[in-house]
Amino acid sequence: MTSREKILQQIKLNKPSEMALPSNFRFDSNFENTESKFIETLTAIYTEVIVVKNKEALLAKAAELYGAVVNRATTIPELGGWADFSLNVSDPHELEMIEIAILQAEFGVAENGAVWISDKYLSHRVLPFITQNLAFVIPRKALVNNMHDAYERLLDTTGWGCFIAGPSKTADIEQSLVIGAHGARSMVIFLIEEEE
Amino acid sequence: MSKAIIEHSVASETFNKDEPYVNWHDETLWFVRQKRDKSSKLLPEWEHLREAASGIKNYVLSHMDELLTAFEENAKQNGVHVHWAADAAEHNEIVLGLLKQHNIDKMVKSKSMLTEECHMNEFLSRNGIDVIDTDLGERIVQLRNEPPSHIVLPAIHLKKKDIGDLFHEHLGTEAGATDPQYLTEAARQHLRDKFLTRRAALTGVNFAIAETGGFVVSTNEGNADMGAHLADIHIACMGFEKIIPKQEHLGVFLRLLARSATGQPITTYSSHFKKPREGQEMHIIIVDNGRSTQLGRADFRNSLKCIRCGACMNTCPVYRRSGGHSYHNAVAGPIGSILAPNLDMTKNADLPFASTLCGSCSNVCPVKIDIHDQLYKWRQVLVKGGHVPQAKEIGIKAMSIVLSQPRFYQWSGRLGRSVMRTIPFMVNNSMNPWYKQREMPEPPKESFRDWYVRNRKE
Repeated sequence: MTSREKILQQIKLNKPSEMALPSNFRFDSNFENTESKFIETLTAIYTEVIVVKNKEALLAKAAELYGAVVNRATTIPELGGWADFSLNVSDPHELEMIEIAILQAEFGVAENGAVWISDKYLSHRVLPFITQNLAFVIPRKALVNNMHDAYERLLDTTGWGCFIAGPSKTADIEQSLVIGAHGARSMVIFLIEEEE
Repeated sequence: MSKAIIEHSVASETFNKDEPYVNWHDETLWFVRQKRDKSSKLLPEWEHLREAASGIKNYVLSHMDELLTAFEENAKQNGVHVHWAADAAEHNEIVLGLLKQHNIDKMVKSKSMLTEECHMNEFLSRNGIDVIDTDLGERIVQLRNEPPSHIVLPAIHLKKKDIGDLFHEHLGTEAGATDPQYLTEAARQHLRDKFLTRRAALTGVNFAIAETGGFVVSTNEGNADMGAHLADIHIACMGFEKIIPKQEHLGVFLRLLARSATGQPITTYSSHFKKPREGQEMHIIIVDNGRSTQLGRADFRNSLKCIRCGACMNTCPVYRRSGGHSYHNAVAGPIGSILAPNLDMTKNADLPFASTLCGSCSNVCPVKIDIHDQLYKWRQVLVKGGHVPQAKEIGIKAMSIVLSQPRFYQWSGRLGRSVMRTIPFMVNNSMNPWYKQREMPEPPKESFRDWYVRNRKE
């Protein structure tokens, strides 16, 4: 008998009798204003939120903020002129050079400040982790209140996706919070006003 | 390789010798517990969430085989290889086999308590594989050649100075440096080199989803993702109880996990792995290692609901004052003390006694495991099975004689009170285990019973 069969047989013999799946496991968070809650939560986790009118305004803001930085990368076509690092590489190790990446995220969650990013808009999964600094772009309308709402949007996930809430951090040395463990040292979120 | 086990009571006595250090350890963990309280109070639905999580896990326990086979089928369809391991040895062999097959002798690992349980690092190292732990706390304890002392905060027992000295020796940081920012930066540079040069990455699994065949890994540092997305092969190891039915159930568990663990609303990264990236191999190892036996113990099966948040440790007055290592088990604290006897009753018979049975662990548990009741039940099982030391057994027997005979009980109480009053040195001495770290109470003049009998007459 294989281990698989052995384990499954043992489980069948030992499992408790039928217990039903609860139907009530989804709760509403009624925030007065979803966007201000989102911004408030992100501020508490060391992340700046910048509201911009449209992609042109985003480009101008990106140029202003990161003009002096070398090795900029983006997944957003309108920022093509701003990026000086092509993501057209086959080996993800080459991304090690990147100082700042501006990436398309799909939506944000107000209760915890997490944004959902997936390989739907991302050519290299390691990019949001290996870059020294990170910025996400989300349509202003793409905000939900809590994680139950988030999973209603996520019925269909791709090969890989991640909720990211703020820059990489650790408190493993005497509980002192340090920003920038292995992943991004800083995070900015751009909310685009004029986008469906 | 197995070291002699030092009993919890003996190990904690050593831990307690340095009083300021114990106080610091106690306060640090209490601080984390308080963050959990603040965070949970912000959600009016908190108790309902716990109820829902517990209910979903009840369903999981009673449908475990079906959920696991559905998960396997979906994962395979996603292009993921699925392996089954009956015990720790088989798990370790599978990992080694995969590495050998790819001619890999160096691997990065993100935190996985299961591999600690299986003593995988030691096994791989004996077989010529270099494993680097990449969670900062895990790396610290790995450099010190010791196991993590906490499942969420692996190096919580160490002070800045210990880590400064350690990094000075191993990473070449300045002697005497203790700034956490500086030390973390040194670790970042050291580990980035490892991420960039290792072709295999191993991660744990926080939740596996039957419906999608995917799994979720939560970290604050991003080390699981750094490893997995750069490596040619990603091996994910899970105890089979990590399964949940549907993706939408993650809404419940991800809301509870980090809030219970550290008070954060969510961990920085909650990565949902489903398919390997192009050109990559992804493997999942589903491990039993005693879990199916625990599933058959009606009194203890609820321990398999655990989502490894560590809240029970942070709140436990015994854990906070005895340290994780005194539990001589991969998972320490209250939850570890109900999981460990399942693995080996003789070796771990002391652990269910390392508790005050105050119930605080059960009160903070996000999936409502009846931890303190299980501790109490394990004590009975272990005494009946002859797994406790004779002295403890004699003590328990003597106690049961006294307590079962009212007259004898009254007489003993009267004798005890009079001894404490007239010849206090008979109890205030080191022969009496109750005198340790504790002042003996002032004996009352009369017992409650005497008072009651006297007052009822009036």
